[in-house]
Amino acid sequence: MFWEQLLNGLTLGSTYALIALGYTMVYGIVQLINFAHGEIYMFGAFAGLILVSFFGFNLIAAMLAAMLFCMLLGILVERIAYRPLRGKSSRLSALISAIGVSIFLSTLMALMAGTNTHRYPEVIAHQSYHLGSLDLSLMQILILAVSALLMIGLQFMVQKTRIGKAMRACSQDLDASYLMGINVNRVISFTFAVGSALAAAGGVMVGVYYNAVWPYMGMMAGLKAFAAAVMGGIGSIPGAMIGGLSLGIMEIMGVAYLSSSYKDAIAFGMLILVLLIRPQGLMGQKISKKV
Amino acid sequence: MNGLDAAITQYIDPYYLRIMILLGINIILALGLNLITGVTGQLSMGHAGFMSIGAYTSAILSMQFGFSYLMALLAGAAVAAFFGFLIGIPTLRLEGDYLAMVTIGFAEIIRVFFLNFEPGGKAVGLSGIPQHTNFITVWLIALLIIALNTRLLKSRMGRAFYAIRENEIAAASTGIDTTRLKILAFTAGSFLGGLGGGLYSHYMYYINPQDFGFMKSIELLNMVILGGMGSIPGTILGSFILTLAPEMLRIVAEYRLLFYGALLVILMIFRPNGILGDVRIYDLKKRWGRKEVKTCQS
Repeated sequence: MFWEQLLNGLTLGSTYALIALGYTMVYGIVQLINFAHGEIYMFGAFAGLILVSFFGFNLIAAMLAAMLFCMLLGILVERIAYRPLRGKSSRLSALISAIGVSIFLSTLMALMAGTNTHRYPEVIAHQSYHLGSLDLSLMQILILAVSALLMIGLQFMVQKTRIGKAMRACSQDLDASYLMGINVNRVISFTFAVGSALAAAGGVMVGVYYNAVWPYMGMMAGLKAFAAAVMGGIGSIPGAMIGGLSLGIMEIMGVAYLSSSYKDAIAFGMLILVLLIRPQGLMGQKISKKV
Repeated sequence: MNGLDAAITQYIDPYYLRIMILLGINIILALGLNLITGVTGQLSMGHAGFMSIGAYTSAILSMQFGFSYLMALLAGAAVAAFFGFLIGIPTLRLEGDYLAMVTIGFAEIIRVFFLNFEPGGKAVGLSGIPQHTNFITVWLIALLIIALNTRLLKSRMGRAFYAIRENEIAAASTGIDTTRLKILAFTAGSFLGGLGGGLYSHYMYYINPQDFGFMKSIELLNMVILGGMGSIPGTILGSFILTLAPEMLRIVAEYRLLFYGALLVILMIFRPNGILGDVRIYDLKKRWGRKEVKTCQS
């Protein structure tokens, strides 16, 4: 029972982590809570659904195509709604702009697809493997494997490649990076693209796993993922991973051992508790106040 | 006063009356949030949580405990203020977006609590709340709150609030007790949130936990930021625009929210600091008095 729940928690948590990574990367560079991120995740889930059911893509191909689509969407959103504001407004104005985009995108999808819940056709065999007393479904293995692969890939990119180095520089100091000749706008676009691609992968997998896709699914998922990013210490990539996984585990455990009607409250309650003990989040660095 | 109210209901179209009452309630709610976020600079994204505490507390008190309207309103506001005080305490340690997350989490917990709260009718909601709120009461209270807010922001304490927003360290080093004032701002702001909630529940007849979700908090935050952070006329203007916009956009029917979202983005691109960013009533008076021509950018 316990191990089963732990596994479910890890599965849910790794999807939270994938979304949380997008929040944390964008935040690390431009200090913006990108509220439209949950909607990008929702668009990813829908893109996958359309490709699978109308164009007969298999799951992996659909996921890759959805990731590509959301990359473009993320870049577009940044170009239209955030870039014109950068540098000449307070962070809160950018936040409102992000909320505007979020309302726009979810309504757009509701108009196009209707507000009903859509289901994925059967794209993956209902097969399960036994590992001792543990039941592992094929989809769970896929989610865990894909998430792990994407996170390792991201970590490699950020730490070892040239663009990753530019991203790290920008997250330390945007102006100084600009003076060092880094094309800051391109780095920001790239960050949005990568974050959106991860969210799209999460969206497709959640859509298949829970077999439900609807236009307002981005809202709660986005909030939870943001909570995960904050819990891990916003701006920190390993923090978002750990935050996402622990939030997923706590939520599933809370439902299993406490009460299912308080599901959402448990996740947020734990988050508040963590922040009261460690105000900078689990992996966040303590920021010393400067004059 | 009842005669006056009867006259108003007779001469004003019920649809416009309703919008005007909701506008009054929104102004009270937004002024509360303005005190926390606009003036003191503590980003709160859970104002609807305080609103729901006020709404439920006052509704239950007047329905089941026979409280008078005014007492129920004040009690609801006081309970909300108490929770605001509790939330104010972690602000001592949390900064910026961490605080925002705590306020979101708090409002979500409150919502889930009311979804499971037996006397509040659980997810079905609470109906049959006596409809005491009318045009006169709402606008009397709203004008009183506007007047009090203007006085407060002009006072020594009000300037201290602004100082905390501009630079907390500088404020502390000039001898401002930032801790006490931040908690005070939270308490006062959530008092107004609770008051607005009480007015709302006694107007709507029926309330449901979903009325006070994250979107409601965001709507209130939009009113404060859109009009101009920390400005009372700005907050009133923001409430006016965002209360009216959904009604005006009814022409475009199902595309309403699409336009609403686009409107927010466009307004922010063209007026990044809010429409009346940091315009204060007494500044305006001075400016008009001197016939000075000056743009109102902060």
